[in-house]
Amino acid sequence: MTALLDEVWHDHWGRLLALLVAQYRRLDLAEDALADAFEAAARTWGDEPPRNPPAWLLTTARRKAVDRLRAEAIAARKQPLLVVDARTQEEAERHMADPGEPVLDERLRLVLMCAHPSLAPESAAALTLRLVLGVATDDVARLFLVPRATMAARLTRARKKLAATGVPFAVPGPDDLAARVPVVAHVAYLAFTAGYAPTSGDQPLRADLAGEAVRLVRVVREVLPRGPVLDALLALVLLQHSRRDARVGPDGGLVLLPDQDRSRWRHDEIAEALALLTPWVADAPAGTPYLLEALIAAEHAVAPTAEDTAWPRIAELYAELEAVTGSPVVRLNRAVAVAEAEGPLAGLALLDGLGLPGSHRLPSVRAELLARAGRDDEARAAYDEALALCGNEVERQHLAARRSALEGGA
Amino acid sequence: MRYVVLLTETEPEAWDHATEAERQAVLVAHRAFDDEVARRGEVLGGRALDRSDTATTLRSVDGTWTVTDGPFAESAEQLGGFYVVDMPDLDAMIAAARLLPTGYTIEIRPVVDVPDY
Repeated sequence: MTALLDEVWHDHWGRLLALLVAQYRRLDLAEDALADAFEAAARTWGDEPPRNPPAWLLTTARRKAVDRLRAEAIAARKQPLLVVDARTQEEAERHMADPGEPVLDERLRLVLMCAHPSLAPESAAALTLRLVLGVATDDVARLFLVPRATMAARLTRARKKLAATGVPFAVPGPDDLAARVPVVAHVAYLAFTAGYAPTSGDQPLRADLAGEAVRLVRVVREVLPRGPVLDALLALVLLQHSRRDARVGPDGGLVLLPDQDRSRWRHDEIAEALALLTPWVADAPAGTPYLLEALIAAEHAVAPTAEDTAWPRIAELYAELEAVTGSPVVRLNRAVAVAEAEGPLAGLALLDGLGLPGSHRLPSVRAELLARAGRDDEARAAYDEALALCGNEVERQHLAARRSALEGGA
Repeated sequence: MRYVVLLTETEPEAWDHATEAERQAVLVAHRAFDDEVARRGEVLGGRALDRSDTATTLRSVDGTWTVTDGPFAESAEQLGGFYVVDMPDLDAMIAAARLLPTGYTIEIRPVVDVPDY
């Protein structure tokens, strides 16, 4: 695809799709017609693109939709249509007639429909990436580490469920809209973490796709009501994503936070994140997990070296986060922070009685703290336990290296 | 859209032990649901069901029916009642269902139109 077409895809896919969905009330038809229009653009624009590319695409997609409807068997037309109220349909049709007219951000309806609580969060995350940003099914599959056919089937099921259950293509009243913010935030964060923390395969992260998820968080924050949840979520993903280059070593190996070359962090992204957090630091709304997580990530981001990290402050934030979420994963992270602030024994004490079945992270952390406490035999056993559970090749190499360093020292 | 709303009681014995005030609160909540559905759509039907030990279950094995005593699934939670309603969309349906008494697990299922039936 040409650079121009790429740019139009990037900036306008979601809006154009939303208009087509409003008019035709079918996700599959709207997606196929819009893909047809982009294909036609790639074939015909050449050196002379139209003056108004999105308007050209919209007109073409509409014609393609009509063609497709004509070609379809009657039976296919009997499928359930999305619930779209008459006014939304009218607006879309008016926009079709006069594409120059500015309209409200139709992407909001699309976001609310895709990130609906009636869908499983993983399906909702995949569908949102696909429909709102136009991420190709192949890439969505790669992000979630499933075969393409599996992802295609998952997306089809999700589309069908939205139509069959009557999830509306609509914006609810202010109270209901506010209640949907955490659901959408969860779905968007899931899309991001899928690319950031894989559990198998030989790639430690798929930074390009995680970048698409960051863009999704931006869009979601743009179209939903403003507030601490989405500001904090955007800050959090920016901070995590800003470390992507430093996270992978020259040999492709995983580089952990303390060993990362901090000059390779994206400092412009860190600055943007800190600016997003500033208004919420003074009077942090109680019990906003994304805000606490973002503040933790920010403490790491502002430390000039690993040794300068404000571990007591981070341990405090983790304690607060554990109180809000009750999550054993948070407890594990808190133990790491406490170990840094007060020594390995204080960290180990917090691991007592903790259970994370099937995860290699708990034995990895225990192994590391035991090694630091000089309890080599116990550390060795914990590394073995972690290695047996870890499916990511890069992380396995790291664990094996730590274990043999231990034997060298013994 | 037409939906069936299935009300599964999380503690089927609760009604028997409820005080008069608690029973009143349950009825008030059902009435609030009725009113909200009437405002946005229509209640087409609905009933409270007798206790699950009054249930009779027919199972087909190799093409023949066996009649047994009790509900189709022996579990702590039992179906306690249902509504059939017409509502504009799932969000409106969920908003109305939120008004029902909290002692239920509520399942919302769209009704399928079978052509020529």
